[in-house]
Amino acid sequence: MEAYLDNSATTRCLERVTDAMVRVMRENYGNPSSLHKKGIEAEHEIKEAKAFFAENLKVSEKEIFFTSGGTESNNLALIGTAMANQRAGKHLITTAIEHPSVINAMKHLEEQGFSVTYLPVDQEGIVSLEALEGAVREETILLSVMYVNNEIGSVQPIEEIGRILREKNPKTLFHVDAIQAYGKYRIFPKRMGIDLLSVSGHKLHGPKGTGILYVNEKVKIRPILFGGEQQKGLRSGTENVPGIAGIREAAAACYENLEEKTERLYRLKERFTEGVKERLSDTVINGMPERDGAPHIVSVSFAGVRSEVLLHALEEKGIYVSAGSACSSNKPSVSQTLKAIGVKKELLGSTLRFSFSFETTEDEIAYCIQELEKLLPVLRRYVRR
Amino acid sequence: MFQAFLIKYGEIGVKGKNRYVFEDALVARMKQVLYPVEGSFQITKEQGRIYVEAEGPFDYEETILALQRVFGIVGICPVVLREDQGFEALSKDVMDYMHQMYDGVKKTFKVHTRRANKHYPMTSPEVNEEIGGRILEAFPDLTVDVHKPDIMLHIELRSHHINIYSEVIPGPGGMPLGTNGRSMLLLSGGIDSPVAGYMVAKRGVYIDAVYFHAPPYTSERAKQKVVDLAQKVARYSGPVRLHVINFTDIQMYIYDQCPHDELTIIMRRYMMRIAQKLAEDTGCLALITGESIGQVASQTVPSLAATNDVCTLPVFRPLIAFDKEDIVTIAKKIDTYEISILPYEDCCTTFVAKHPVTKPQVERIRKSERALEEKIEEMVREALETEEILEIR
Repeated sequence: MEAYLDNSATTRCLERVTDAMVRVMRENYGNPSSLHKKGIEAEHEIKEAKAFFAENLKVSEKEIFFTSGGTESNNLALIGTAMANQRAGKHLITTAIEHPSVINAMKHLEEQGFSVTYLPVDQEGIVSLEALEGAVREETILLSVMYVNNEIGSVQPIEEIGRILREKNPKTLFHVDAIQAYGKYRIFPKRMGIDLLSVSGHKLHGPKGTGILYVNEKVKIRPILFGGEQQKGLRSGTENVPGIAGIREAAAACYENLEEKTERLYRLKERFTEGVKERLSDTVINGMPERDGAPHIVSVSFAGVRSEVLLHALEEKGIYVSAGSACSSNKPSVSQTLKAIGVKKELLGSTLRFSFSFETTEDEIAYCIQELEKLLPVLRRYVRR
Repeated sequence: MFQAFLIKYGEIGVKGKNRYVFEDALVARMKQVLYPVEGSFQITKEQGRIYVEAEGPFDYEETILALQRVFGIVGICPVVLREDQGFEALSKDVMDYMHQMYDGVKKTFKVHTRRANKHYPMTSPEVNEEIGGRILEAFPDLTVDVHKPDIMLHIELRSHHINIYSEVIPGPGGMPLGTNGRSMLLLSGGIDSPVAGYMVAKRGVYIDAVYFHAPPYTSERAKQKVVDLAQKVARYSGPVRLHVINFTDIQMYIYDQCPHDELTIIMRRYMMRIAQKLAEDTGCLALITGESIGQVASQTVPSLAATNDVCTLPVFRPLIAFDKEDIVTIAKKIDTYEISILPYEDCCTTFVAKHPVTKPQVERIRKSERALEEKIEEMVREALETEEILEIR
């Protein structure tokens, strides 16, 4: 049996997604900037996708931009607004548990003379609202907060954060990294006070190399890529038309019967955490209680087992998971997120992330628990002495 | 401009009556490396010389790179090959050659003629003098220096043709593959073992390799890394048969039964035993390791002695007295370094004691191993029976 439980690393493309992409690549293969009919056909694909996302987010079509993925969306949002608004101030705020594409973009901006405040989080991974209130200043130009944490699945009170921000400094821009949230939650930037929103295609059964950035039309932002001035000059480069058709199709699939899918995911998650608690000894589930956290991410620490070893042992059984965050697992570094929520030192290297999708089945969950139950006692016998 | 290469080889020249064996091995290997190169090549042996001639268009750069990986070659000379059509024709060919190679450059030169064809109407000094004079006249920027010339222009008057060349591109040296039997390399994902394999292959030895895989303590990526390293070595050593042995159960058994500060030594002794068994089964006459004195606890002299205690075949350790930086230099040259330093766990630190013995006593180790008697033979047999064989090209 095989159980792919690493859906926060990436997901499998849906067939309707690949069908749509193949159709575009073979039929509407024109360059959307070309003046002839082939160009117009390709442009039409982009327009349709824009219309879809505008409707889905309840924003205007002209506020939707297509990028090469989450990393580019986050970089463009942060660096693009910081550069365009630096005369109003050079202070930025984010949290201690952001994805490297936010943290490292912030570090880059610090080198450019900006100052950054990193808000602490509690043991559930929730940003401190008090700290936020204290951190916003007159010269704060941008706040960036992730909606759902990629490692532990904690969900930030985005609306409340937006409200506090508007009270403290209505001019401060609010960026939300929704890469793990989009497709799982209904997100309405205008109502929630979000000025910029990042989305990635391959986390929602769409293609890799695709992403969205919503930019409120009032936001002053500069490009970070320069070229043929496509997408109103904010994102030069010939649009990835098949990718755009793909991410649109994937998003459409995720939002069909969303409530039903979410309920099903929560039931899978509960089944999994119950299994962990009842059948696996010496384990800690990190983050928020089931229904408060994201429906698709569970972080578990296994005392006395090295996470890579357990990961490979599961792999031998056809079960695929992540150790910490997948994006940094090639270099064995300690997870800053797990550290920030106060996971015990001896458990930092013993933590795995299990992440589900609407394609995950109850059988896969049961199989995973069953194999963990068999593997843990064996692995725990062999420790370095 | 070149359609041919004159191949210079070193040590083969002194091998007496067996010389043809070495030359044939060299030619066979050259054919093998040139096979994937774009172009059609003729390789001929003639009076202590080997020529590579391209028929029609070919990829010059790739040809040189391929030949530079053939052990036994010390120099590759892009050569102009001509029929003997009299001295005037030769003179014209030399002038054309000089125009193409050295027009407008300020350099010193010397003409060096060798007359293998003793019926040629002029002597070597006569040719040197006449051609040298004509070059001086035609190329005002060139001057003669008979002691340390920048350009050594070779004119070889052979019995069937004439060679003109001045450039010698260095080859790797060593001995042609296949002239020295076959040995079994213990290949890990580290920096040293691929270099050790390369060095022994350079002496004309065919290489088989064995890798000890310990899932789940080592990952698929760690295994892929070893495959990638074997591929790099195979560019020089020819095809490598890689034996992947699952070592996990043996490792766990040793962990359960033996003192922990001796784990590494005992594991290494079993790796040697298994490698030796594989070697015997596959016609390998020796083992090769990347060990270097003092590099880690298991490579102190007492540890090496304790490991060697189980071997009856010779163990070649070409890096034994090398400093790390010298090993790294070779690893970079053969392009294995970047792969070797990838961070995937290549051995299982779980099974490495925090404080391993550095001065193991053979007698004590042998005694500790008695605790394994009950099952170990069966486990070794099982590991050998379930080996995975990968043919690396």
